[in-house]
Amino acid sequence: MSTTTAEHIPTAAREQAKVAALSPWAWMRANLLTNWWSTAITLVLAYVILRVVVSLFAWGVLHAIWTVPYGPTGIADTTICQNAKGYGACWAVFPDKYRLILFGRYPYDEQWRPALVVLLFIGLYVVSAMRRFWRKELALIWVATLTVIGILMWGGIFGMQEVSEDQWGGLPITLILATFGLAFAFPLAVLVALGRRSTKLPAVKMLCVVYVELIRGVPLIALLFMASVMFPLFMPAGVNIDKLLRAQVAIILFAGAYLAEVVRGGLQALPKGQAEAADALGLSYWKKTTFIVLPQALRLVIPPLVNTFIGFFKDTSLVLIIGLFDLLTMGKVALSDPPWQSFSTEVYIGLAAIYIAFCYAMSRYSRGLERDLSRARGR
Amino acid sequence: MSQAMQMQNGALSGPPAITLDKVNKWYGAMHVLRDVSLNVAQKERVVVCGPSGSGKSTMIRCINRLETHQEGRIIVDGTELTDDLRALDTIRREVGMVFQSFNLFPHLTILENCTLAPIWVRKMPKAEAEDLAMDYLQRVKIPEQAKKYPGQLSGGQQQRVAIARALCMKPKIMLFDEPTSALDPEMIKEVLDTMIGLADTGMTMVCVTHEMGFARQVAHRVVFMDRGEIVESGPPTQLFEDPQTDRLKLFLSQILRGH
Repeated sequence: MSTTTAEHIPTAAREQAKVAALSPWAWMRANLLTNWWSTAITLVLAYVILRVVVSLFAWGVLHAIWTVPYGPTGIADTTICQNAKGYGACWAVFPDKYRLILFGRYPYDEQWRPALVVLLFIGLYVVSAMRRFWRKELALIWVATLTVIGILMWGGIFGMQEVSEDQWGGLPITLILATFGLAFAFPLAVLVALGRRSTKLPAVKMLCVVYVELIRGVPLIALLFMASVMFPLFMPAGVNIDKLLRAQVAIILFAGAYLAEVVRGGLQALPKGQAEAADALGLSYWKKTTFIVLPQALRLVIPPLVNTFIGFFKDTSLVLIIGLFDLLTMGKVALSDPPWQSFSTEVYIGLAAIYIAFCYAMSRYSRGLERDLSRARGR
Repeated sequence: MSQAMQMQNGALSGPPAITLDKVNKWYGAMHVLRDVSLNVAQKERVVVCGPSGSGKSTMIRCINRLETHQEGRIIVDGTELTDDLRALDTIRREVGMVFQSFNLFPHLTILENCTLAPIWVRKMPKAEAEDLAMDYLQRVKIPEQAKKYPGQLSGGQQQRVAIARALCMKPKIMLFDEPTSALDPEMIKEVLDTMIGLADTGMTMVCVTHEMGFARQVAHRVVFMDRGEIVESGPPTQLFEDPQTDRLKLFLSQILRGH
């Protein structure tokens, strides 16, 4: 009896293995065409998807217009695009306008500098993402890279022409606001979250609670308005803090409040025994926090943390309302050029692709990070 | 048993390792420790038992100030426990603790669990701390697990690592808070054996446990607590074979029925 059972189990296991390696047709039979109504739904959906894909392909690739002739004054002649409207996409807007969209009103001949800045930012992200660079030197790399980025953008030394901030625009503005914003907001958030859970320092706790509740209770737009319009009124005459910096500070404060609550969630999810064990070993508060509490708490909140990061990356586009020319604003500026006025769909699809590239990279990376970290612990 | 008595007469002299003097503690309106007074001599091994909610864990947690007491005095290794953080640091360095739920650090390897405190609290060089940790892991018989993470070990192994981790700080006193209560029955013995081995080295130990066999074999003295107070205390044979109070009699009958 027992031998029969023992022989049956491997057979069953083999059956299971076969399921995993089904042919596409058998997989469809098993998952999509199980009975008459699931077959019906599958067919209807397949038809809809096919129609959408086919018409998108026809519009975006097959009938798309990639170049347009330019008139004697260098103005694009978009007649063929106008004629193809609703029938074929007009991607010709990008060859004409990509430098305006990406780099704004930065002097045309100096645009290699913001281009290099974008590459430096991407390089910085890639290096920071690699775990083998996770050591103290990484902080130095950040400081050095951000300094170089500042020098490149402002210029004025090494024979580079000086470019003031109101000429900056496009992708560098978006990356500067997002990177500096999150790089400063995150440590701030950790401190605020720790402060909010402090039992021994009631004043600090109070301050942290007030900060979080006050900032979270206000829309980011309102905060940006305050930074750009109200803040200068309180400054003594002659003191003029740059608009970009004021927007940056507003974003840092706003992101800090949100991230602080995410971090606090992680702190609360950590079993009390962990802190007690660290206490019992004689670790001081900061050592306990650095080595035991934060590594575990932050790991727990990687998904909401990245969620907030992605949210703020996109929220930087709100600086539009205080007159900073970020990537999205530059798209609008490009569209204000008469020949291209009616091709907003194409421009916004292009902008969306850039945002998606950055956000999807963040999302993929966080998934990989979660997987690696849990695998390392043998869970 | 007679060996234990001998040690009690021979080695248990000098100033007390731990003194609790009329310690009182409240959680809100609940009076959890009532005038608890207890002296633990150097190299003495005390087992604390009692029904759940009797305050035994609270008492042991007051000794390294994981809980604070509101009245009375607690003096550990000659230092009184107060709000003074430096005194607290001194005491925590000398007092090791083992928890019911192990509380290993899951994001660190076994070896890192053991070397963290020696490196950062005792300022020991890393190589030296690792040698020391391997030495203690050898003693609790799991040196081959040093590179693994706590999640990959069984409960019994984790608790032995927790003991090794505490010992790496070279404490003068070891506190055990129900070290075997969270373990499957087949793993209790390996942990108790480790603790018996530790007892043989002459460590001062205070152990909250329901393992009466362990108490008989190792303890110089058993303290019975109920409703926040110490009801009876004495050598294990005396307490187990000749209980004086109804509360202890009831407790012993419940424990024996349970086993």
